[in-house]
Amino acid sequence: MNWTWFHKLGSPKWFYEISGRWLPWFAVAAVLLIGVGLVWGLAFAPPDYQQGNSFRIIYIHVPAAFLAQSCYVMLAVAGLVGLVWKMKLADVALQQAAPIGAWMTFIALLTGAIWGKPTWGTWWVWDARLTSMLILLFLYFGVIALGQAISNRDSAAKACAVLSIVGVVNIPIIKYSVDWWNSLHQPATFKITEKPAMPAEMWVPLLIMVLGFYCFFAAVLLMRMRLEVLKREARSSWVKAEVRAQVETLS
Amino acid sequence: MSFDSFADFIAMGTHGPYVWSAYGISLAVLVINVALPVMARRRYLQDEARRLRREESK
Repeated sequence: MNWTWFHKLGSPKWFYEISGRWLPWFAVAAVLLIGVGLVWGLAFAPPDYQQGNSFRIIYIHVPAAFLAQSCYVMLAVAGLVGLVWKMKLADVALQQAAPIGAWMTFIALLTGAIWGKPTWGTWWVWDARLTSMLILLFLYFGVIALGQAISNRDSAAKACAVLSIVGVVNIPIIKYSVDWWNSLHQPATFKITEKPAMPAEMWVPLLIMVLGFYCFFAAVLLMRMRLEVLKREARSSWVKAEVRAQVETLS
Repeated sequence: MSFDSFADFIAMGTHGPYVWSAYGISLAVLVINVALPVMARRRYLQDEARRLRREESK
């Protein structure tokens, strides 16, 4: 296997150039997918035979919850890469992904509460799925706070990496909480091994929204990482040249 | 189309307030997530522009 790409990732300059080329594609894909998914899910998907139209909240709830969990796994992978290979970009990715993950967890919890009111008759229950998602939000807060509390960049990177890796134990707990404990929450919508229980006109827009949210995440993460790379590498000559060029387009 | 009229679409059965508040707040959060890095980049470049001008005038 060719590992050149992995070693190149160690170079912030290479990352900055390649991400600048990818960013517009992710942004366009996110806008298109979320736009199509939104209209399809809100206006064209049939109402649920039990829940009526409140089920349409699924089209933001599930993508946000998927992304919240995937993002945390990404934090842990970035933390591991940073600890093992001392890759500087891994810490940039970890620090910049954490706030997006926290926002996504917030969306999942909030839309879940709004959906719960007409469906279960309550905004919140201390149930396994809901509680473990709340813990995920606190883990994100922990990573963000830790990253800002330690002024030495290398120490902060190490501490955040360790917290991310330890905290990833919460992800399987979230995933299996609906199987392990009695829960109000319905089981997974998508399973890799089975066909979805809902008809295609319901799950196709959901799949489109999930893909749209992933593209959105990629675009926002790259935007954040590119700025952070510029700040951290401010002393290198290529950043000075790039900032000069960007400043000129600004004025 | 699963609704008969626009009023029907807004009403969402009896679930209008739930569906629209969930979508509204979520969209606002997505917009915030795009706006923050865009504004941060602008601010950083403006600061850098000021710094560069200062250095050149010295």
